[in-house]
Amino acid sequence: MSILVDKNTRLIVQGITGNEGLFHTTQMVAYGTNVIGGVTPGKGGEWVLEKLPVFDSVKTAKDATDANATIIFVPARFAADAMFEAADAGIPLIICITEGVAVQDMMRVRNYLDQKKVRLIGPNCPGLLTPGEAKVGIIPGDIAIPGNVGVVSRSGTLTYEVLYAMKNLGMGASTCVGIGGDPVNGTNFTDVLEMFEHDPKTEKVILIGEIGGNEEEKAAEYISSKMTKPVAAFIAGQTAPPGKRMGHAGAIIEGGAGTAVDKIKALEAAGVKVAKHPEEIPALLM
Amino acid sequence: MKLHEYQSKTIFSKYGIPIPKGRVAATAQEAKQIAEELGGRVVIKAQVLVGGRGKAGGVKLAKDSAEAEQLATQILGMDIKGLPVRKVLVDEASAIDQEIYFAITNDRAAKKPVMIASAAGGVDIEEVAATSPEKIVKVHIDPLLGLREYQARDVAVAIDLPRAYWKDFVKIAMSLWQVYSGTDAILAEINPLVITKEKKLIALDGKMMIDDNALFRQLDLVEMRDTDEDAPSEIEARKYGLSFIKLDGNIGCMVNGAGLAMTSMDVIKLFGGEPANFLDVGGGAGAEKVAAGMRIILTDNNVKAVLFNIFGGITRCDEVARGILAAMNEVKPKVPMVVRLVGTNADEGRRLLENANMITAETLADAAKKSVAAAKKGK
Repeated sequence: MSILVDKNTRLIVQGITGNEGLFHTTQMVAYGTNVIGGVTPGKGGEWVLEKLPVFDSVKTAKDATDANATIIFVPARFAADAMFEAADAGIPLIICITEGVAVQDMMRVRNYLDQKKVRLIGPNCPGLLTPGEAKVGIIPGDIAIPGNVGVVSRSGTLTYEVLYAMKNLGMGASTCVGIGGDPVNGTNFTDVLEMFEHDPKTEKVILIGEIGGNEEEKAAEYISSKMTKPVAAFIAGQTAPPGKRMGHAGAIIEGGAGTAVDKIKALEAAGVKVAKHPEEIPALLM
Repeated sequence: MKLHEYQSKTIFSKYGIPIPKGRVAATAQEAKQIAEELGGRVVIKAQVLVGGRGKAGGVKLAKDSAEAEQLATQILGMDIKGLPVRKVLVDEASAIDQEIYFAITNDRAAKKPVMIASAAGGVDIEEVAATSPEKIVKVHIDPLLGLREYQARDVAVAIDLPRAYWKDFVKIAMSLWQVYSGTDAILAEINPLVITKEKKLIALDGKMMIDDNALFRQLDLVEMRDTDEDAPSEIEARKYGLSFIKLDGNIGCMVNGAGLAMTSMDVIKLFGGEPANFLDVGGGAGAEKVAAGMRIILTDNNVKAVLFNIFGGITRCDEVARGILAAMNEVKPKVPMVVRLVGTNADEGRRLLENANMITAETLADAAKKSVAAAKKGK
């Protein structure tokens, strides 16, 4: 068991013939992910890696392959459309890696997907990794081993840092979920914590947050009221100046709200152990 | 991206929101001429991208064109919170009966746009929110439906706007929604929206922020960007698509990924150092970006050591290593460089850097400690 993706995931790749799409499709296939095809409008009928069919639309891809998940690598200006297309084609799980989607587009996408009960991970995220079963995204496969720790994060490379530190200590992950660094995204900390709480394979959880917004505070509320499994955390951006967008569109202290200090306080009050630096996190769960 | 008041109000006017007559001036002579054209009393308003202009003395009332020239001279020589005043807006003065706050912005928690209004306008809305939150009305807007007129009427009722003004208010609200959605705004704010003695609703002041991620389809707004509040290094970084923020410390940082870049700063601080910057070279960073990043970091004379922390995912470590080598050839850095490469193609990257005379590190903590030590030695 794990959450969201496993060896039964039937994945298609939107933007499969692009640079990033092709590179990471190759990596996902090498990892053993069940990639069954891809979509690039205008390139339907071509093949990728000699065995993956390319379709012109998500609908035709879904009809031909019965895909149950899609990963999006298309450029930012086309990403919202790619998400709408996937939802309309009836794909229940969308993972959007693309960074830089306009926030008003994301509000429309999120509200539309909620009505359709479609699960979106991202955008601006590294995707999902269920070690030993499925890598649906760009997390390097060799930095994590299977285990019982659920990992959820707003960041990409910072997550790799933590997975790598876990592996060095022999600690494995059940599933790692990168929810992305945008202010409006598809899935939040609380959604993922709830999935981990109900996943028999997950026994402990690591939460990696950062400045901006109040999702860490909401997660703290959920942890103190509903969660039975232990949680350790790290919050990035303690040295970030207020009012500046720290790379991620969502990482900004606005009107004095969304600071690392507030988030750490909220999490500690909920009984979460908060690490001083990311490599220290795994030890907090041992 | 922030817009000036005069830019915001020009956009408001284009979308049918009434604004006072007036124009922007770069010199006191121009200000005088505009005041003459307008006749009567005028307001001279400093155009800087920070709040609190009024309190800083950047907004003054002039009774005639001579006084307008004199006040414009004064305001154009000012620095407000470190920003030079390069332009003033000269507006006809309005006789005000009531001041209202009215804005449309993003509510990230609700994942929807939100209309915010208050009868207590004309002051800092965050202050109102802190002291008397009951005076603030919020109505969410379905991003798929857009603002509906009844919602704007509901707001008019909730802020006790007299019935006679409802029609005009709804018109302004619908226009502000068009401004917000048409320009990909993060914030479209009228503060204050005033009721004049002549019983008219006018947007006396305006403030807008545009979503940087949407600038590809807002090209006419890109032209309006004022870079006064950005450090020259930040402007240079933007050209290369690098996310860079200048800080006051002495350890330059180049990291891939925003979260890890913030964390690298935090860990430097944790081990007793001070970061000189935030720099995310981004996903899939190629050699050219890395070289540009290094040049930008090294233009800061405070920098005594540089930390490269690259965890490859979408970014390939060998590409970054090539960028580092190219940049070192070009800029011939004199400060010690600490490098840590992990993840996609890391072995290849490390091999490329073997003879580059850099300090290598295994873990982030190790890399941070080594750069703190190197910076101390370099002082």
